[in-house]
Amino acid sequence: MFTRPTLRLTGAQHATIVGNCYDGLPDEACGLLLGPLDDRGEPTGVISEARPARNADASARTYTVDPRDMLAAMRAAEARGHEIVGVWHSHTHTDAYPSPTDVRQAVDPAWFYVIVSLRDQAPVLRSYRIRNGEIAETAVELRSSTRGQ
Amino acid sequence: MAVVIKIPNVLRAQADGQASIAVEGTTVGEVFNQLVAQYPGLRGNLLDDAGGLHKFVNVYKDDDDIRYLDGLDTKVADGDVLSILPAVAGG
Repeated sequence: MFTRPTLRLTGAQHATIVGNCYDGLPDEACGLLLGPLDDRGEPTGVISEARPARNADASARTYTVDPRDMLAAMRAAEARGHEIVGVWHSHTHTDAYPSPTDVRQAVDPAWFYVIVSLRDQAPVLRSYRIRNGEIAETAVELRSSTRGQ
Repeated sequence: MAVVIKIPNVLRAQADGQASIAVEGTTVGEVFNQLVAQYPGLRGNLLDDAGGLHKFVNVYKDDDDIRYLDGLDTKVADGDVLSILPAVAGG
């Protein structure tokens, strides 16, 4: 089943993600989302850390998360018993909607694929799940930044 | 010589849900051959048709990308950790 948990970001995480996307201009920016899994091995939607990563492509059209940042994120997640549960990247001149490249290269159907559009004056952040070429938007909720779950 | 292989969440379904697996071998290639013999579902995610490392996977031996060492011929020793990382990319 194509479940769609709500992505729950703190205000600080939201600011980190959007700030990282502006910092990356004119190139696309990217980063990884860490968080806990539930009993079925699915992300709960709570994010414990939003970690900016280097865009190894250094491109305005594509991104590749630098594998060294991927490794560091995996270790950071493991240290707190969490997993990498998603990735964000910016679309500098297009909608906050997965491009054909995003869909083709999506690696994990359980992940949140967050896209931040910088096309308009105000940034637009949206989240999706991508499975077998299908795109499903997930809700995004801002939560208070109390520690824990 | 046992080497620990870290399996990313997306591939665990093909590895009985395990996050890390200890496998014997003296090179990354030997270790991977042992791994896919035990968990054949992993083969297509790790290796290409020619038996080389799949282009959408990065493998780190401790802190080093094996593509910048000797690839699948990279020597491994007891206690080394191999991390399998899916390539995360888009446009």
